[in-house]
Amino acid sequence: MAQGTTIGRVAPTVARRSGAALPEMIKDAALFALVTLGLAIPVVAYRTDLGQGTGLELTGRWGLVAGLCAAVFVLRLAQRLVLGEVSRRRDIRTLAEAESTAPARVARPGRIIGPLTLVVALTLPLLAALGSGGLSEGRYWIDLGILILTYVMLGWGLNIVVGLAGLLDLGYVAFYAVGAYSYALLSTVFGLSFWVCLPLAGLFAAGFGVLLGFPVLRLRGDYLAIVTLAFGEIIRLVLINWVDFSGGSAGLSSIPRASFFGIPFTAGEGGFANVFGLAFNPMHRVVFLYYLILVLALVTNLVTLRMRRLPLGRAWEALREDEIACRSLGIDTTITKLSAFALGAMFAGFAGSFFAVRQGFVSPESFNFLESAIILAIVVLGGMGSQLGVAVAAIAMVGAPELLRNLGFLKAVFGEGFDPNEYRLLLFGLAMVAMMVWRPRGLISERTPSVRLGARAR
Amino acid sequence: MSVAGINVLVDETRAQAAEAKAPLLSVRGVSAYYGSIRALKGVDIDVNEGEIVALIGANGAGKSTLMMTIFGQPQAREGTITFAGQDITKLPTHEIARLNLAQSPEGRRIFSRMTVRENLQMGAAVNGGKHFAEDLERMCTLFPRLKERIDQRGGTMSGGEQQMLAIARALMSRPRLLMLDEPSLGLAPLVVKQIFSTVRELNRTEGLTVFIVEQNAYHALKLAHRGYVMVTGTVTMSGTGQALLDDPQVKAAYLEGGQH
Repeated sequence: MAQGTTIGRVAPTVARRSGAALPEMIKDAALFALVTLGLAIPVVAYRTDLGQGTGLELTGRWGLVAGLCAAVFVLRLAQRLVLGEVSRRRDIRTLAEAESTAPARVARPGRIIGPLTLVVALTLPLLAALGSGGLSEGRYWIDLGILILTYVMLGWGLNIVVGLAGLLDLGYVAFYAVGAYSYALLSTVFGLSFWVCLPLAGLFAAGFGVLLGFPVLRLRGDYLAIVTLAFGEIIRLVLINWVDFSGGSAGLSSIPRASFFGIPFTAGEGGFANVFGLAFNPMHRVVFLYYLILVLALVTNLVTLRMRRLPLGRAWEALREDEIACRSLGIDTTITKLSAFALGAMFAGFAGSFFAVRQGFVSPESFNFLESAIILAIVVLGGMGSQLGVAVAAIAMVGAPELLRNLGFLKAVFGEGFDPNEYRLLLFGLAMVAMMVWRPRGLISERTPSVRLGARAR
Repeated sequence: MSVAGINVLVDETRAQAAEAKAPLLSVRGVSAYYGSIRALKGVDIDVNEGEIVALIGANGAGKSTLMMTIFGQPQAREGTITFAGQDITKLPTHEIARLNLAQSPEGRRIFSRMTVRENLQMGAAVNGGKHFAEDLERMCTLFPRLKERIDQRGGTMSGGEQQMLAIARALMSRPRLLMLDEPSLGLAPLVVKQIFSTVRELNRTEGLTVFIVEQNAYHALKLAHRGYVMVTGTVTMSGTGQALLDDPQVKAAYLEGGQH
C-alpha cells in the first residue's frame, strides 16, 4: 500500500518534469546548433584550394554548414527526448525498487557473463580454428586472444594496487618492463629456461615494487600518482640509456622462444610435433602461448580472489577506504601497502616475461606511458576492484580497436581515403567521455562482499 | 619447581596489584605540535581501570588532538604516555592498537564500501579474529540495528548506525580501554542517548574502561565518573562528573542554555 502511494505521489512530478520541458529542449538543441555553427565557420565553411597563381582560393560551403547544424539540432533533440523518457522510467523503477527491496540486494552480473567468458576463453583456439576453417587461418583470432589476455592479466595485477588497495599507480608498466627484461637478459646471458626465469622475473618485479613502495609510503592520491609516473619513466629511460646493459633503444633480440616444458616447437627430430606424433604446424607454439597466458591470467585472478578473503586482502580494501581508521585498528599500513605493490608488480613481472618470450624481442618502446594509461583505463573502466569488470574492459579496450580494421563499409560512406584506424584514439576518447557520463563508477561498480550472510564466518 | 612456580604467581599478583593501583592510562606533561603550533601544552590525564572518564572542551581546545596523540599520531614531543604500565609515547599507531587500546575515531571513519560484517571483521583483526563469531553475536545483541544491517554497506547507513558500527568495530578487539571521540557528533538526541546508555551498560556489566571526548558536555559528564575540562591545549579543571556539572564556571562555559 505504502509503496503504491509513494509511487503515485512521485510519478506525476517526474512526468511533469520531462513533459513540460519541450520548449526548453528545443532551446537547448538550438544552442547546440549554434555552437556547431560557431565551430563550423572556421573549420568547414571555406575550402581552400590551390588557385591558378600561387595563392589559395576559398570556396564557400555554406550548404554543408547548414546541413551540419540541422543534423546536430535534430540529433540533440532526439537524444533529449529519448534520454528523458529513459530516465523517467528509471526514476520510477528505482523508486519502486527502493521501496520494495530496501535490504541489501546484491546484483551479480558475474553469474552468467563470468563463466561464459571463461568457456569462450578456454575454447578460443578451437572456435577460431572452426570459425576460420583451419588452425593457421584462425591465427589472427588466437593472436588477438593472447593480446587481450595479456592486458586482462595486467589489469588484474594493477587491480590489486589500484582497485583493492586504492594506491593510484601510473607507472605500472615499469614492472612489466622489469619482467620482460629479466627474462630477456637471464635467458640470453645465462641461458636459463623460461620456467626458471618466470618466477625470477616475478621476484625481480616484486622487488622493484617494494623499491617503489618505500619512498611513497606516506603519499596518497595525486602525489602518489606523480611519483609512480616518474618511476615508470625512470625505468624506461634507464633501459634506453644504459646501452651496455639493456641494448638501449635498439632493445634485445633473439630471445629464446618458449618450449613445451623443454621440448622445442621445431619441425625436426625431438620437436613438439615429432614427440607427440603430430604433423608439424607452427601454430602449436601460438596455441601453447595462448594457454600459457590464459593460465597465468587465471592464476592472477585466483590469487586475487583468495587474497580478498584473507586478512591481508581485507586490510588492502580497508586501506583504500580509510588509512587512519586502519592504523587505529592495529593494521600495519607499511606492510599492507608494500605487499600490495609487491604482489601487483609480481604479476606484471610474470606478464612481462610472457611478453618477452612471445615476441622474442624487447625494446623500451613497448613500455611507454601510454601502456600504463591503457592498463589503468582498463581497471578504472572495469570498475575499480571488480575482477570481471577488468576482463570485460580489457576485451573492450584492446579488442574494439581491432574491430576498426574490419569496418570497410565505412569507406563507402566517407570516401575511399577513409581509414577508420586513424580515428582510433578519437573513438577511444569518445568512449571514455561516454563512460564518464553514463557509468562513472565503471562497468561493474558493484563490489561483492568478501563474506555474506550464510557464508561461514571466519 | 613448585616453589618457583608459586613465586612467579606471587610476582604476577603483585604486578597486577601494582598495576591496579596505577592508572590504566596515564598522560603526563604531554605536548604535541602541528608544525610549529603547539596544540597540547603539558597535559596531565589519568584513566583508572573500570572508570568512565570524560574530556570536555570547546572547539579547537585540543581534545581530539589529545586523543590522536595518545594513539601516536601526532606523536607527543614532550611528556610520556603510559598504558597498562607500558610507555607508548613513541610507539607507532598500529602497535598501540595491538595493546588492546581501541578507538572510535572522530568522524566515525567506518569503511563505507565494506559491509557491516566486514567492518567488524576489520575490528577483530588485532587478535586475529579468534573470537569473531562470539563477538559478532555480542555486538548484534548490543546494537540490534547492526544485526538488521549486517550485510549492508557501511556507507549506506544513517549517521547513528554508523556511529554504532564505529563503536562496535572498536569493541571487536576486546579492548581494555575504549576511547570514543565525539560519539554524539551530528546525531539526533535520541540516538545519542541510546549510544551513551549502551556505553554505560558496558561499563557497569563488564567493567569496560572508557575515555570519552565530547563537546556535548552535559551528556558526557552525566555518563562519566570523572571529567576533565580542556581549554586551548591545557587541562583547566577536573573532578567527578557531578562536581563538574555543578561547577558554575563549567555551567557558564559549556552548559549555557540549560540541558543539551
